[in-house]
Amino acid sequence: MKRQPIRRRGGLTRRQALRQGALGAAAIVVGERLAAPARADAPATPPPEAKARSVIQVFLWGGMSHSDTWDPKPDAGHDYTGQFNRVIKTNVDGIVLSDLFPQLARQADKFSIIRGMTHGNNGHETAAYLMQTGHMPGERLAYPSIGAVFALFKGYQAGYKGLIPPYVVLTRPQGRFSEAGFLGSKFKPFATGGDPNAQRFEVEGVIARGISDARQQARRELLGAVNALPQAASDHPELTLSAECRDQAYDLILGEGKAVFDLSKEDPKLRERYGRHTFGQSCLVARRLVEAGVPYVVINYPGGWDTHSNHFQTMQRQCPQLDQGLASLLQDLHDRGLLSTTIVWCCGEFGRTPKVDWQPPWNGGRNHYGKVNSVVVAGGGFKGGCVVGATDKKGEEVVDRPVYPIDLLGSIYELAGIDPDAQLPHPLGYDARVLAPGEAGAKSTGRLKEIM
Amino acid sequence: MLGGCGWRYSAAVAGLVAASESSVPRQVFENPVFDPPLTELDRRVYPELEKLGVRPVLCSDAVFLRRLYIDVLGTLPDPAEVEAFLADTNANKRAEWIERALERPEFADYWAMKWGDLLKIKAEFPVNLWPNAAQAYHRWVVESLRNNKPYDRFVREMLVANGSNFRVGPVNFYRAVQNRTPEGWASAVALAFMGTRTDAWPSNRLAGMAAFSSEIAIKPTKELKEEIICWDPDRTLTAGGTNAPPPGPRQAELPDGTVVELRGDRDPREVFADWLTTPTNAWFATAIANRVWSWLMGRGIAHEPDDLRPDNPPSIPALLRPPGAETVGSKFDLRHLIRLILCSRTWQHSSVASAADLARMEGRFAFYPMRRLDAEVLIDAINKVTGTAELYTSPIHEPFTFVQETKIAVSLPDGSITSPFLELFGRPPRATGMENERSNRPIPAQWMHLLNSSHIQRKIETSPRLAAIVSTGRPPRDIACALYLAALSRPPTEAELVRIEEYARRGVARGRELWNDVLWALLNSDEFVYRH
Repeated sequence: MKRQPIRRRGGLTRRQALRQGALGAAAIVVGERLAAPARADAPATPPPEAKARSVIQVFLWGGMSHSDTWDPKPDAGHDYTGQFNRVIKTNVDGIVLSDLFPQLARQADKFSIIRGMTHGNNGHETAAYLMQTGHMPGERLAYPSIGAVFALFKGYQAGYKGLIPPYVVLTRPQGRFSEAGFLGSKFKPFATGGDPNAQRFEVEGVIARGISDARQQARRELLGAVNALPQAASDHPELTLSAECRDQAYDLILGEGKAVFDLSKEDPKLRERYGRHTFGQSCLVARRLVEAGVPYVVINYPGGWDTHSNHFQTMQRQCPQLDQGLASLLQDLHDRGLLSTTIVWCCGEFGRTPKVDWQPPWNGGRNHYGKVNSVVVAGGGFKGGCVVGATDKKGEEVVDRPVYPIDLLGSIYELAGIDPDAQLPHPLGYDARVLAPGEAGAKSTGRLKEIM
Repeated sequence: MLGGCGWRYSAAVAGLVAASESSVPRQVFENPVFDPPLTELDRRVYPELEKLGVRPVLCSDAVFLRRLYIDVLGTLPDPAEVEAFLADTNANKRAEWIERALERPEFADYWAMKWGDLLKIKAEFPVNLWPNAAQAYHRWVVESLRNNKPYDRFVREMLVANGSNFRVGPVNFYRAVQNRTPEGWASAVALAFMGTRTDAWPSNRLAGMAAFSSEIAIKPTKELKEEIICWDPDRTLTAGGTNAPPPGPRQAELPDGTVVELRGDRDPREVFADWLTTPTNAWFATAIANRVWSWLMGRGIAHEPDDLRPDNPPSIPALLRPPGAETVGSKFDLRHLIRLILCSRTWQHSSVASAADLARMEGRFAFYPMRRLDAEVLIDAINKVTGTAELYTSPIHEPFTFVQETKIAVSLPDGSITSPFLELFGRPPRATGMENERSNRPIPAQWMHLLNSSHIQRKIETSPRLAAIVSTGRPPRDIACALYLAALSRPPTEAELVRIEEYARRGVARGRELWNDVLWALLNSDEFVYRH
C-alpha cells in the first residue's frame, strides 16, 4: 500500500510562510509566489516556457575572490587590492573588470555580472551545497544539486534520448556532498575523468587505452560465452536489468556516441583559441556536449580557488586560463547560435575577504567570504551587458540588490522550463520541492527579472 | 605462450570440474539431490511454499560457500578454501563452515559497515560527526560486534551514553542526527531500534516519546569540535537553547501508551531504555529479527525493515510470531540469530528463478534473492582477485584523514572517507539511516566503469596475482581453473574451458593479454557482480 506523501513543510498558510521565510524585502516576493492557489489543491500547472535547452555551469571550487576579478575595487587601497589594482574597460560602457580578464572584457555584451550575490555561509561544503541546491544546509533532507534536478526533469524520464548521460561533469566530481541527494545514484553526474587536453581524451568507461574496437567486440562476445548465470536463469529480472545496462554501456563504448568526446574533429585553430589547457579544452567539450543535446554540463575548474595563501600567484596563474576558456566558450556558443538556448553560469561557493590577510601563515591571502560573491551568467534567456547589484567601495557589503542562491537558481529553473515549486520524488514521500523559500533562514529577493 | 602448451587438464583439479560435458549451467548453481531436514525457521516458511506447490532446490556447494563469505564476511573465499570445502565429504560441512565463518575477524568489520550506515557514522555532511568522533564511534561498534555484545546492551549503551564525542563512541548516536531536538532524537531511536518511521505515527505519540530525550544537553569544550553529551536535568547547559522544556515534573509517554512521570531524579533516557530493551517488548525484538533477516535474505519479512506498522503486514506472519522469539530466547545474541538463518534451508535456496516464479512467490523466500554486490564488497572483491589496492580519501583537512592503501573498503570507519568507485556504485550517503539509502540498482555508468574504465583495466593489466598465476608456466587449463577459483569461487566446467580455448584460437589476444581478457570477462560476469 502506498502512503500519501507526508507534508512536512508544504501546506503552509500564507501567513506562516511570510513569518518563516520572509525578511524585509523578501516578503513581497515570497508573498507573490504564495499568492498562487495553495499547493495542496493546486492543479498541475503547465511548466514555464523553456528558453534554455542546456546549461553549462563552471564551478570555481574553493571560492574565487570577487574583488580581484569581476567586482574590482581599484581604489580601495593596497591593504585591499594588493598588487591587483588595475582594471580594464569592457565592450559595454560603464562595466569594468580586473585586468586579469582581457578576453572576457571583449565579451561583456554577452554576459551579465551579479555583484550582489550573498548568503553569508563561510563553510566550503555548506556554501557549495547552498549555491548548487538553493536549500539551507541545516535542513534535514539532503537535496539534489541543480544538475541532478535537470537530470530528473530533462533526462531520460522526460524524453531525453541521448546516449551521453544527461548530467555530465568535466572532469572530476566534487565529492564534498552527494550531488544527487535523496534522488539517489541514478541521478549522480557522469564524471568523464581523463584530460581533454591530452593527446586522446580518455573518458572513463567510454574510451579505454590500448583496447581496439575489434578487441572490445571480441571481449564482449567472450563475456557472453562465459556469462553462466544468465544462461541458467535467463529471464531473472535482476539479470535482465543488468543486461540492459550493459547494452546501454556498449552503445557508448562501441557506438557513435563517443565521437562527441573526440576533439581531434575540431579545427586546431579553434582548440588554440579555447586554450591548450585542461580548462580550455573542457569548455570546448562542454560546447560539443551541448550541441549533442546534453541538458546539464558542469566544469569543475581543474585547480582550486581556496587561496588562503599564495593568493596572488594562484590568481595570476589561473585567471588567464579561466578568462581564455570562458570567453572563447561564449564567443563560440554565440557563433553557432547556441548561446540563446544555453545558460552559462560561473562562480565559486563564496567570495573572498576583500581585505588581504598579510599576517603569517597567510602572508598575503584571502579567506572565505560568504557575504559577497560575484556570478557571471549568460545566454539561455539571460541578457548580456548588465550588472545586477552593487557592493560598497571595498567590496565588503552588498549595498544594492542582494541576490540569494534561491533567486539565481530559481531564475535558471524558470528559463529552463522547470517549475521551481515542482515536487521532487523523496524515497519516503516527504514533501520536497525543487526550491523551498519557506525554509528557516532562507532569504529571497526574487528572480533576476532585470536580466531575463 | 599458448602455442607451446597443449590444453592438458591437471589431474589435481580435474575432480572439481563438473562431470557433465553438456554444459548445463544450472548444475553449477544448484544441488537438486541435497535435501537436509527442515529447521525451525523452515517449518514456518515451507507451509507457505507448499500452498504454492513448490519444493525449492538448494544451492550447490560452491554457491553456498561464496554466498556464506559474501553475506557474513563481505569478502570472497580464497581458492584454497573453495577447494577444501568442495573436497570436504562431511555431511554436516555446511553447518561447520557457517560456524567457522562466524568466528572470523572479517565478521565484525562487515557488520559494522551495515551498522555504520544505520547509525550514520560519517565525519562530514550532512551529519557532521567530525573525523575523530566518527572513528571513536566506529571503533566502539566494531568492538561490540567482535565481542558479540548482547544486542540489548549494545543499544542501551548508545541510548544512555554520556561523555565526549571523541572519547565515548556511543554518545555519537545523538550527534549523528541532523535534527538535534527531542523529536529528532526520538525519530532516530524509533527508526534505528524499533524499525518504524515516526512520520506514520499518530501525532501525539512522537511528542510523548520525545519527552524522554528532552533533558539531553550538548556542551562544547575548548577542544575544536569536541562536545559532551550528558543528562542535564536542571537545564543549566541548555538554558536559552531551543530545546529547553518547561520546568517541573512532566509526563512522557512510551510508544505503547504508558504514561511516565519525569521527576528529574533519573535520566529519562534510562527509563526509556528499560522499556525498549525489555525482553517482552515486541517493538524491539521484532525489529532486529526482521532487520537481520532482511540483511541476509534481501528483504524483510515485513518490508521495508524500517517501516514496521500495522498496515504493513509481514509476508509470512509465522516468521515474526511470536515476535522475535529467537532473539529473546538467545538473550539477544545476534550471532545466534544469524546462525539460525544461515543454517536454514531457506537461506540456502537456489537463486535460479524465472521472472514468472519470482512474481508468483514474492515475499515467500522460495529463492535466494539475486542482488548486486554492495559497492564496498564489489571493489574489495575486485582488489582481492587482482591483488591490487585502492586509495580512499576524505576531503576534511583537520585532522587530515590518511587511509593506507591496504585498507579494505568494507572496514572504512567513516562515510566521508570514500572513492569515486564507491560513490558510483551507490554507497549510502549516511544521511538518514534508512535501509533504502543503499542503492544496488544497476545503472549504465556502472557497467561502463566495470567494462571499460582505466581504473578496472589497470587493475587487470597490472595484477600481481594474475602475473603469479600465469608465470608458473602451468598448462592453460590450469591457469583458467585458477582464475575461476579466484574470481567465481568454483572450477570451470568443461564447456567453459572449451569456450576459452575457442577465444584463444581467435588470436585476438595472446599470452598475458589473453589472460587479461579472460579475467576481464570473469570480473564482468553477472556471477561475479551479483550475490546469487
